[in-house]
Amino acid sequence: MLNYGGWLVGCLLCQVAVAAEPDPLNSPQWEAMHTRFLNGEPYTFDSKVKVEAPPEAEDSLNVPIALRVTDLPDIQEMRVFADLNPLPHVLNFRPKTVPPNLAFRMKLQQGSPVRVAVKTADGMWHVGGTYVEAAGGGCTLPSVGTSSGDWSKTLGQVSANVWQRPDNNRLRIRVMHPMDTGLASGIPTFHIENLNVKDAQGTLLAELDLYEPISENPMLSLDVGKITTFTLEGRDNNGNKIAAEVAP
Amino acid sequence: MKRWLCAAFFISNAVFADDFAYPMQPQQVATDTYVIEGKTEDFSKKNGGFIVNTGFIVTADGVVVIDTGVSRRFGEQQRAAIEKLTGKKVVRVYITHHHPDHFLGNQTYTDVPIYALPATRDGIKAEGEMFSGNMYRMVGDWMRDTRVTPPTQDAKAGKETIGRHELEVLALQGHTAGDLALFDHTTGVLFSGDLVFNNRAATTPHATLTTWLTTLDSLQALSFKTLVPGHGNVASDTAPIAQTRAYLQWLQTTLKDAAANGLDMLEVMQTPIPADFQSVALVQNELRRSVSHLYPALEQANLKPAKQAE
Ligand SMILES: [Zn+2]
Repeated sequence: MLNYGGWLVGCLLCQVAVAAEPDPLNSPQWEAMHTRFLNGEPYTFDSKVKVEAPPEAEDSLNVPIALRVTDLPDIQEMRVFADLNPLPHVLNFRPKTVPPNLAFRMKLQQGSPVRVAVKTADGMWHVGGTYVEAAGGGCTLPSVGTSSGDWSKTLGQVSANVWQRPDNNRLRIRVMHPMDTGLASGIPTFHIENLNVKDAQGTLLAELDLYEPISENPMLSLDVGKITTFTLEGRDNNGNKIAAEVAP
Repeated sequence: MKRWLCAAFFISNAVFADDFAYPMQPQQVATDTYVIEGKTEDFSKKNGGFIVNTGFIVTADGVVVIDTGVSRRFGEQQRAAIEKLTGKKVVRVYITHHHPDHFLGNQTYTDVPIYALPATRDGIKAEGEMFSGNMYRMVGDWMRDTRVTPPTQDAKAGKETIGRHELEVLALQGHTAGDLALFDHTTGVLFSGDLVFNNRAATTPHATLTTWLTTLDSLQALSFKTLVPGHGNVASDTAPIAQTRAYLQWLQTTLKDAAANGLDMLEVMQTPIPADFQSVALVQNELRRSVSHLYPALEQANLKPAKQAE
């Protein structure tokens, strides 16, 4: 299914067959997602790309999601989206020197596919996903911080830890931020837009673009090779900066 | 004729299902004491939320009911079954705690006092409507016309004799902030509410595990003859208490260790279930749910404030 462009001249029907590869999750929104997040570009549903999530969300404000990609070279970009969320775009992840593994939590308004599309250097998108059932209300509720009014004292504060492991060290980061979706009445969109993870020498390890569905006070887990000391840089959509140093 | 009878039987069965009849069969578990045992399943449109144990004590002054079930329909059918079996009036209701499967049948009992601990009454005021919405989603039309009907009286810890039964209210905590257990000293029956589960995994949406474990010790010290857990079979020994304790201890240790080792939520949800609990109903589901409830506080305790840079 890769490199089908070479068949184009000889077999137009083949191309149609590839473009119409059926969505394993049977979502009515898949074609819209393909257009919007994959720019209509070639894709394949690929078992090397895994989205892990519980089958049913116990807390639709904090649905745990983990991305794991094995044996895909030259990853350019990973895009996470939930077809049936009112705001489907969840995050982009660009691992530079660290493994393409990421765990985070998101808000789900209703049951939805949650997917990650991984673009490799050949221009192909490799798509994995899972369906999560949810009771609803995850996106249209104000954040706890906004409704209790105490978010401003802690805005942008980072807590973190590094666990040294034989294979990959584990970095966990929590950034205090309301992450308001703009869908709760009277509360404007307010969310972290990007977060860069660097080592102590300033080498870029990974870039993250976060969107509204990421849960309040985002908690991120990354596998980070042998590195033990990090700097984090980012900002939210109101221009507030995030800057922190993490050591074990 | 025989064929006709069969057809009639099937028709009446079908009508029964359309009538949303819970398969209610009060079992006598001690003198004057009955339990309507629910299934050890999760809420579903098939079981209508018939997943909880409710009970009643037939005293000389009338019937004392412990928990009213999941819906208006459940409460109505429960009360009809009680009055048919005993020929007596219900004089009092106790609600063990504020979870929806235990109190949403209350609207059938508005003519009798409904007792609950203050924390349970507060919990129903705060979360009753949300629970009721969830139940409509999970069990559907079984819930029709169910309205949240809060308890009307504060239950106080201590003994009271009703119709020659010496009943003791135990005001406890752990499964929720208000867990009422009812101990009938006359018959030796202990209604534990959801402080004890029997071969059905314990649920933790409002749990404080350390408190719950202490509470289990105090329940085990009571000299009861019959134990009615909130979910699972009625027992005549302390085995369900020991099982609930062992499971909660395993859960607590698993979550603490995972947080100390930097695991993310999903990794903890995938923890293998030990052999001792593999036959416990719904254990894999409840582990996932408990991670959602209890893990965030533990993982945050394992993070350190990062140095804020310029
Ligand atoms: Zn309960």
